[in-house]
This record gives sequence, C-alpha cells and structure tokens, in this order.
Amino acid sequence: MMKLKRSKTPNAGASHKKWTIGFSIAALSIWIFYTYIMYNLPDGPQTIFQNWLPPTTVNEAMVWVICALGLNIVVGYAGLLDLGFVAFWAIGGYSAGWFMSSFFRQVNIHIFSPSDAADQPGIHLTFWAVLGVGGIICAIFGIIIGAPTLRLRSDYLALVTLGFGEIIPQVFTNGENIAGFNLSNGTKGISPIDNVAVPGKILGPFDFSWKFAIFVFLTAIMVFVSLRLRKGRLGRAWLAIREDELAASMMGVPLMSTKLAAYAVGAFSGGVGGVAFATHVNGIFADRFNFSISIILLAMVVLGGMGNVWGVMVGALLIAWINSTGLPAFGDLVNNTFNTSINFPSYNFLLFGGVLILMMLYKREGMIPESRLKAILHESDDETSNLGGSH
Amino acid sequence: MSLLAGGYQARQIRRLYFERSLSTIAAFGIIFWLGINFVKSPSQFFQASIIGLSNGVLYALIALGYTLVYGIIELINFAHGDLFMLSAVFSANFITIWFHKDSSGPAAWGVFLMCLVTVMIAAASINVGIERFAYRRLRRAPKLAPLITAVGVSFVLQFIGLRWNGSGPKTWNSVLPAGKISFSGVSIPYTTIISFVVTIPLLLLMSWIVTRTRQGKAMRATAQDQDAARLMGINVDRTISFTFALGGALAGAAGLLFQQTRGLTSYNLGYQLGLIAFTSAVMGGIGNLQGAVLGALLIGLVQGLNDGLPIGLGQQWSQTVVFSILILLMAFKPTGLLGKAVTEKV
Repeated sequence: MMKLKRSKTPNAGASHKKWTIGFSIAALSIWIFYTYIMYNLPDGPQTIFQNWLPPTTVNEAMVWVICALGLNIVVGYAGLLDLGFVAFWAIGGYSAGWFMSSFFRQVNIHIFSPSDAADQPGIHLTFWAVLGVGGIICAIFGIIIGAPTLRLRSDYLALVTLGFGEIIPQVFTNGENIAGFNLSNGTKGISPIDNVAVPGKILGPFDFSWKFAIFVFLTAIMVFVSLRLRKGRLGRAWLAIREDELAASMMGVPLMSTKLAAYAVGAFSGGVGGVAFATHVNGIFADRFNFSISIILLAMVVLGGMGNVWGVMVGALLIAWINSTGLPAFGDLVNNTFNTSINFPSYNFLLFGGVLILMMLYKREGMIPESRLKAILHESDDETSNLGGSH
Repeated sequence: MSLLAGGYQARQIRRLYFERSLSTIAAFGIIFWLGINFVKSPSQFFQASIIGLSNGVLYALIALGYTLVYGIIELINFAHGDLFMLSAVFSANFITIWFHKDSSGPAAWGVFLMCLVTVMIAAASINVGIERFAYRRLRRAPKLAPLITAVGVSFVLQFIGLRWNGSGPKTWNSVLPAGKISFSGVSIPYTTIISFVVTIPLLLLMSWIVTRTRQGKAMRATAQDQDAARLMGINVDRTISFTFALGGALAGAAGLLFQQTRGLTSYNLGYQLGLIAFTSAVMGGIGNLQGAVLGALLIGLVQGLNDGLPIGLGQQWSQTVVFSILILLMAFKPTGLLGKAVTEKV
C-alpha cells in the first residue's frame, strides 16, 4: 500500500526557535519599511511601491494568509477537500459586523469597547474578543456542517461544503428580513465597523502599519498553532487519515472526532481571517463572498504546497498580490510599453484555473513541498503493474 | 462482546427511528405546504409545476453527464456545468450571429436542428479533450488531485465564456415559436413542449446505448471494475472517452435548449446550473441513470414550486432550498432515491 520513501521529519517543524526568529525579522523589516522608509523615499520609487505593492495590499494579503493557513489544516493536513471556505470567512466577517458596530441598535452592550464607540448604540466588543467570538461561531458552524457529512466519501464532502459555501452568502445577501429580523442588512452590508484600539491609540482606517502588525501577530499565532498541531498527537492523526483512512482507523484513530477537529480548527482561523478582513475594509458586504474566493484559497494552498505551512504562506502572498495589485500593475506596464489595451485582471480566471490544473498535472506537491505528501502523491507513478488499486 | 453488539444495535435502531420520524415529519410538512397552495390557487400550482418540469428536463440532460462520468471514474466533473454554459454561448452565436436567425420560421428551425447536431458534436469533443489532457493522467492519482483539476478546468472554461460572452448576461431572441397552449388559466409555452420533444428521444437514445449496445456493456463493465474489464479485452481508455463524449453531447443539447427557451447566456451560468444538476444526480443516486432523470425532474419541480407558488420562500431563496436539499440528502441518504448502498472499494 503505502511506500514512504522519505519519511524524515519535515524541516519546517524541526526547531521552533529558528522560524520565530526568521519570521520576526521578515515581519519587522516589512513593518519598518512601510512605517518609516516608504513615505520618505523620493517620488519615483515611492510611486512604484504605491502602484505595485501598496500597504493595503500587504495587509489584505496577510488576511488571505490567515485563511489559507486555516484551509491548509483541512485540505493539507487532514486531506479533506473543502470548497466552501468562503462561508467561514463570511461568518467571521459578519460577526465583526454584529459585535463591533452600531448595527443592532435595539441593544446597547459595551465590553472593553474603544473609547470612540462608547456613546454609540449597538453591540461593541473589543476587537480581540470578537476574534475569539467569530472564530468560535465559525468552529461551531464547521462542526454542524461536518458532523453529519464527514462520514461520507471525500468527494461528497467537497460537494456539501460547496453547497454550504453557497447557502451562507445567500443567507447574508437575503438577510435583510428573515421573519422580520434584519440579520445582515442585505446587499447594503454593515459599515462602518468599530476602530481597533491598541494601548494608547485608536487605529483609524488608514493606520496600515499598526494593522499590519496585528495581522502579522495573528498569522504568527496561526503558524505556531499549525506547526504545533502538526507535530502533536492530533496532527499525526490527521496525516494518518490523509494518507490512508482505513489504515488509520484500524490503528485506532477516531475518524470522526479527528476530522471534526480539523474542520473546527480550519473554520476558526477562517473566522479570525473574516474578522480581520472586516476591520481591514471597515465594513462587511455580502457580494464580496462568492465561490471564487474558495477557489482562490484552494489555489493558494495547492500552489504553495499542501501541508507545508511556509509553502502555503508563500502561495497565499503571491496569489493575493497577483489578485489585488500585481496583475493590474503588470497589465498597465505591458499596455503602456507596447501600446496595447489588454484587460489583464480579466485573465485571473484563466490564471487560477491554469495554476490548479498545471500544478496537479506536473507538480502535485506544490512549490515548497512537504516531503511526506510528495511521496504519497507520486505513489502511483512508480507502480510497475497496471493492476494496482482502483483509485 | 454481546453487550457491545447490543449497544451498537440499540444505537442503530434509535438512529433509524430518528431518521424515519424526521422524514415523516418532513413529508407531511411538504404535503401540507403543497395542499394549502393547491387550495389557494390551483392554476398557479399547475403553472409552477409546468415551469418546474421544463426546468427539470434541462437539469436531467446535465445531470446525466455528471452521473455517467461519476459512475465510470468516480470523479465529480466540476467542469461539466461550464461545458453546458459554453454550449449555450456557442448556440447563441451559431444561430443569431453566424446564421443571422433571430425570429421563428421554417429556415430558422432548420438552423436550430443544425445547431443541435453541431453543438452536441462540439461539446462532446471538448469533453473528450478535457478527459484526454487533464483527467486521464490523474486516473491513478489520489482522489484529491483529479477533483482539484476539475475545479481548475471549470475555471478555464468560465474564462473562455467570460471572454466570449462578456462579463454580464446577454439576452437573445429565440427562433422557436413563441405561442402557447392555454386551458383554464394554465398555459404551456411551445418552447416547453419543444424542450420535451428534444429531450425525451435523447434520454431514450441514451438509455438504449447504455443498456442495449456493445459499447454500453463495455461502459457498465468498466464502471464495475476497470482492471477486470481490461482483462476481458475492453479498451478502458476508449470506453471512458466514449462516456465523456456521451455526457458532453447531452450537455451540448441542454445548452442549446436553455439558450433558446430562456434567451439568456452568461458566463457563470454553468456553475449554478451545474451544481443544481449535480444535486439532482445525487438525489437520484449517483451513477444511476434513471435516478438522475427522476432527481432532476424532482429538483426542477421543487424549484418551480418554490419560485412560483403564492406561499413559498420565493426566488431569492431558490439556491438555498436546492443546496439545503443537497446537504440533507448527503447527511441522511447519501445513496439517493434509487441508488444502492455500496461499500467503498478499498
């Protein structure tokens, strides 16, 4: 059955000190650059950065990274295909809308709310609490959707998640009047959202560098959790399920609860990403959440390398950048140089679809592969007999 | 040991009771809902049913493509819905732009039939090409790989649709006769009748090919066990290609019918209708041809009734209703209405 040629421990998790140092240095240098250096550059280079890599793109990319790391736990670690991850992102975003704004005017709840929201009606929780609340709501939804369906075969599960990813945004789009109750303000969305308060300061919508610091912190937590879980009992159970479900259950791995745990953890980080995104755009709008977000997240995980935290992070940063400013900026450059008028952003469907197909055909393990997964994904290639397993 | 077995049995029985009572309640609820709607306005009820059924036959054509492919290589071909979308765009261009027909008439009907043949051939060849270049190489890879590839192919096809049809929906004139037969408040448009007239022979032809011909026998054998089929001298690759061709041809016909009866094309059409069609295939029992048709008619009916009845959730919840049915089915009856419970091949 399973021929693991390379079963060395993955280098990523080898030492927790190494990655924290590297990660901090990288984050800190980006932070210093965007806080102190970029705005003091001469006009020419500054415009280049504003066009190609503005701070808002960097922050948005960090949100994508948080979500992609969550999806990586579901798809990369546990091997369950989730095609409706956008649902968790949306629920997280709406929990920010519910608990951090004046949307529910009928009540008046303030818990550690930032001082500028103190006299407003509605539910005002502090950003940090909402992160937890949003994550927990998503985790509960993940369990609700997972519990009845996780005993199904993997491709059925993909479909159920897809359906779920369709239902939730539609509920929010039509949620203006659910039996007389305004759940989501329909297509108008909920805006504005409370500002985030850090000690001594209330962050306005344009405080990119502070928000970057917060998002990097959240990402670091996600990375830490991913790596720790990967090495622990639960993570090993996930990998076992991914590699051979039947064998894993024979070895005593409880399939249901292990899969549910993957679902819950993934959904939690989707929720965190959603809350972060809501504060990033200072509002939450139903029409942003569609199927393509789920697919883009999947493309990030697949491109970077399923199961490898660093691969997923690189994939997420790359695709998020291409999606937001990279492709338009590149298009402008090409159009100005060659005097053409090609609409480059409209090619993103081709790009993401192509990435998925080509990666699956030629490099299934992604840009930065995880060694164990690589061995599994190419298991079939070196089977000499044509009469191997039927799957 | 016996204690353990007893506990397990008790749990199974409890579960069975729970599911039985739940489905009974659901059935009564649906009957009650239909009943009050019927009493309230019988003509609206029949009208909604007719709209639902005419949607249902379209879904049946698409659902068969899903169920054929799933039956033979256990792959959810996400790109199938987009193939349908491309066929709709192709038909619109074929009839209206290349042949300049935008009103009903004998010549236009000739073009319609020509388009039916062309679009079926075109869609079949695209589907075979997709299988040849994307899925065939992944046939022995872990299941996740072809599934992700299918999603990728779906995106590429959507891109083609986007470039061809533009980013918004486009409306077209139909070449089919526009009138309708009406009696006592219920009207049946000719287009509905025509979609039945086109679809039913196709479905019969399909079922004849699968159950009566040599090629169909090869398909069924391959679906049961690829390796054994190969040992029996069946060309498995060719059989799978043939299956994809059949599914593609049906999607092509569905595309033309959709474009002509609704007069609308849009690049994201395939995604929505594809999902609905897949739900139908699952509802009937995936891999089961009659089941797919039955499921499609039921889903079409549910959608039509939900959208058209005076007491219903209305059109904006249409997708939610369909996908909720999908999720409930998956949770409680993954084998579908006509499917047999099979243990997974190890």
